Amino acid sequence: MLKRASSTTRVKSGLPFAVKWRRDWQMVLLMIPGVLFLLVFFYLPVLGNVVAFQDFQPYLGIMHSEWNGLQNFVNLYDNPDFWDALRNTLVLAAVQLLLFFPVPIGLALIVDSLVSNRVRRWFQTIAYLPHFLSWVLVVTLFQQSLGGAGFLNNLLRQAGLDPIPFMTNPDTFPLLVVAQLIWKDAGWAMIIFLAALTTVDVSLYEAAAADGAGRWRRLWHITLPSLRTVIVLLLILRIGDILSVGFEQFILQRDSVGPGAAEVLDTFTYYAGVVGGDWSSGAAAGLAKGVVGALLLWGANSLAHRLGEPGIFQRRS
Amino acid sequence: MRPVWKENPSPGYQAIKALVLGGFALVIVIPILVVISTSLASDQDIIDAGGYVLWPSHPTIKAYQTLFSGGLMGRAILVSVFVTVVGTAIAVAVTIALAYATSRPVLFGRPVLLMVLFTLLFAPGIIPMFLVVKQLGLLDSLWSLILPGALGAFNFVVLRTFFMNVPGELLESARIDGASDFTILRRIVMPLSKAVIAVVGLFYAVGFWNAFFNALLYLNDTSKWPVQVILRTYVLQGKSLSADQLGVEPLPQPQSLQMAVVVVALVPIVLLYPFLQRHFTKGVITGAVKG
Repeated sequence: MLKRASSTTRVKSGLPFAVKWRRDWQMVLLMIPGVLFLLVFFYLPVLGNVVAFQDFQPYLGIMHSEWNGLQNFVNLYDNPDFWDALRNTLVLAAVQLLLFFPVPIGLALIVDSLVSNRVRRWFQTIAYLPHFLSWVLVVTLFQQSLGGAGFLNNLLRQAGLDPIPFMTNPDTFPLLVVAQLIWKDAGWAMIIFLAALTTVDVSLYEAAAADGAGRWRRLWHITLPSLRTVIVLLLILRIGDILSVGFEQFILQRDSVGPGAAEVLDTFTYYAGVVGGDWSSGAAAGLAKGVVGALLLWGANSLAHRLGEPGIFQRRS
Repeated sequence: MRPVWKENPSPGYQAIKALVLGGFALVIVIPILVVISTSLASDQDIIDAGGYVLWPSHPTIKAYQTLFSGGLMGRAILVSVFVTVVGTAIAVAVTIALAYATSRPVLFGRPVLLMVLFTLLFAPGIIPMFLVVKQLGLLDSLWSLILPGALGAFNFVVLRTFFMNVPGELLESARIDGASDFTILRRIVMPLSKAVIAVVGLFYAVGFWNAFFNALLYLNDTSKWPVQVILRTYVLQGKSLSADQLGVEPLPQPQSLQMAVVVVALVPIVLLYPFLQRHFTKGVITGAVKG
């Protein structure tokens, strides 16, 4: 699609190259720093993924390491740690989807129903803030609040109760992760729904109210249908991005919870490759994740297009 | 104002709304408040409270004095500020140039645009990135924290969308008056886009300040650690900020020292936040939704 569209516009403005160059050379100069960046810090590393097909030795380098075909992927297939990481990733993604996804929608509906603009602004100011805090800071705040020696457990101990190991229990780790995600990003994720709610035609509500529809019927028949496109779109994109569950969040908590619960595909790549020195296995896991993730995202985006949604990659531009 | 057709909410419904929103806001505010209070609390306050202080009765800045008396924290702040300021300047310049050049139908515009959009789809992976940074000789250099983050695809899309909406007639008339593309960008497009450039700059700044994993990956030299890594090592992992690193005796309660480290990581964001908030809803929603 893209190619055909671009070639027709070329023909329309079918100037010779020299004329275009004289007209556009300053624009081309402006592209150079960005293109250089992309070549060095994106496309070169993309090519560097060939180490996934090598028995890579750092002292030999990419040029002199031996090729070993798909051996690294076979090794991954036989590696139970890799399957644990994949399972954890999928479980965490599913829990995030079930428990995180509805929260910003609910918050947006409540905030939208507020009559007082002052209360609304106050709430938004507070709710957006955590999005801008680093994961180190968020995990630290959780540790100081819920950790073994944290604020809440201190209170429990003072009240003569047993402390609860929120931060170190591998069984409840998915819930902890979702709680952190909600704390950090639910308010921020609300923005998009609030924006969609402002586009709802108020006269629809007025007409429905005049016809005797109560609060809940209006919510069900007007508000939710008008959010449907945004919800479907975000849902599809989230499913397309399912292999990325967040990286820093897990690397920061892997020590305290243990790799059994906190190892995800990204941390597996890091620990196997950079920390463990098995560069090729790490790169193979990273490449597999990248390729599957790209396919899922592309598929999700095509699905969004087919449903008539704009998606993230647009055809026109 | 409540529209006339809207019925007055029942008290029960009101209460639930207040409980949900109030609870959510409190859960966000209280941990931050406790951290700030504890960092300002005196030793006696901390001992009386058994660890954490909700409101310091004898506020003191001793923890901060101790923290800054040794080289550790001061150096980390310098590193973080350097990375944030230089990184943001470079990233904003690169992004503006690329976004403007691809916002008009010009030579090489479309292939370059596709080059950027492909980065949204695929990530090259940690290990190849590490190998490239190593090959470039950037390991243990602060440039390894700056250069790989010099172009964010999301910020690029926001800026480019905004630039595309600058009316073509405006640029055309400037061109007829003899303005070059550089002049048009500097004198017309950038002044028109001040707000959205500010948003993008703030997003980059927050990103550079918050970056943690890059430093973990690329820097072995502890004297180059930014604030986030200090926060992780001395607070999250609980390594003690011992006297030899700080050089002051007697040390205040470790609790207040640790909380002071947290506050140092927190403060720049809280200071930037009002500016961010003024612009981001406008800038980001117009950028992202109109796509």
